[in-house]
Amino acid sequence: MATDGTPGPLAGDLSDQSPWYPVPYRVDRRTAETADTVTLTLSPAKGTPLHPFRPGQFNMLYVFGVGEAAISVSGDPALPEALVHTVRTAGKISGALTGAAPGSTVGVRGPYGSGWPLEEAVGRDVVLVAGGLGLPPLRPVLYELLRHRERYGRIEVIYGARTPKDLVYYRQIQEWRGRSDLRFQTTVDAAGRDWYGDVGLVTARVPDIRVEPARTVAFLCGPEVMMKFTAQALEARGVTDSAIYVSLERNMKCAVGLCGHCQLGPEFVCRDGPVFRYHDVRRFLSVREL
Amino acid sequence: MRLADHRFFTGTDPELLRRWSPLSVERSYAAGDLLVQEGGPADRFILIFEGKVALEIVAPDRPRVTIQTLGGGEVLGWSWLLPPHLWRLDARAVKRTRTLELPASELRDALESRPDEGYRFLLRLLPVVAQRLEYTRLQLMDLHGH
Repeated sequence: MATDGTPGPLAGDLSDQSPWYPVPYRVDRRTAETADTVTLTLSPAKGTPLHPFRPGQFNMLYVFGVGEAAISVSGDPALPEALVHTVRTAGKISGALTGAAPGSTVGVRGPYGSGWPLEEAVGRDVVLVAGGLGLPPLRPVLYELLRHRERYGRIEVIYGARTPKDLVYYRQIQEWRGRSDLRFQTTVDAAGRDWYGDVGLVTARVPDIRVEPARTVAFLCGPEVMMKFTAQALEARGVTDSAIYVSLERNMKCAVGLCGHCQLGPEFVCRDGPVFRYHDVRRFLSVREL
Repeated sequence: MRLADHRFFTGTDPELLRRWSPLSVERSYAAGDLLVQEGGPADRFILIFEGKVALEIVAPDRPRVTIQTLGGGEVLGWSWLLPPHLWRLDARAVKRTRTLELPASELRDALESRPDEGYRFLLRLLPVVAQRLEYTRLQLMDLHGH
């Protein structure tokens, strides 16, 4: 439908003309990450691909006949021809996405939203903290940091999940952990004796990071309560709230700042975010039921 | 390893550390070794210098669960300070771990005989307790659950 309510032309190559039309993409690959999480690799079914994305941006993925959901792009920004999204089954739409078979078609519109301000990380130490499915939106950041490793100081990554079985990108994490120019810590909330990593919250790992707080920028992604307490832990280390960025999640519907579903105070998360400077949104993270 | 080099004692009166240092014992644990066992006498204050220690809960009919890991710069706990002075958890080295350990009875006597030092010691220990309580609260929220 066009914005005036009249039917629009068929989708396919109209992303430049209207933000409403999903462009058909083919599911090339479906990789099971955990029992309920998959990574989909998509390519344009026809026509030209969507615009390149910046780390931190999201697309609206449309399962025809089911509905549309906002999903962060989790692939490599240098490889825009392969659109990568990691999706966890949380409801009807995400369940349809995780069940999308190779060869099937989904609609894509985007990319939308602000990205992580990588330019602010140049010349500084960088801390990435991800909780649960917060790692996929941060993975493009890590690709960029490692591609231009010489531009940045120390890189510390802390990734927390519920159990070892809930860790996504498991093999890639082993590669990252093996690098000498990056410190990648994983921690889980609880584990059996077959787990040799850390157990505890990501906040518990913050006192251990090896950075110069005054020249550190931090990007946090995960459950909001996790980000709130992680930000507090970083501040206790001396990182200022203006150097901390968070990616917020709200119920995004239109993705272009019109419908108001994702409004957070004066901000629309889809348009003004999802990445915000913690200094600017911290007051909202303490408002009950907001 | 010296008491003064451990994060727990940062800023502590050097004179106090000089008196306590002769009491401390260096220990090394291999991966898999039990540092302490639930129900056993909590007879020492354990400062971890390097390595990784898993705090484990053993419950009947359930697999052993690790609820937290501790690393260098952290202390094992406070059961040694509170009656009945019995460990409440198992603590197992996940990898090679080096510690300095102070005997609990001597340490308690020292803290009781000099209440001002005892008070300052508790002001160091209380943030450890408070932080672990906060972590436990957050774990109870099942942050990553869905």
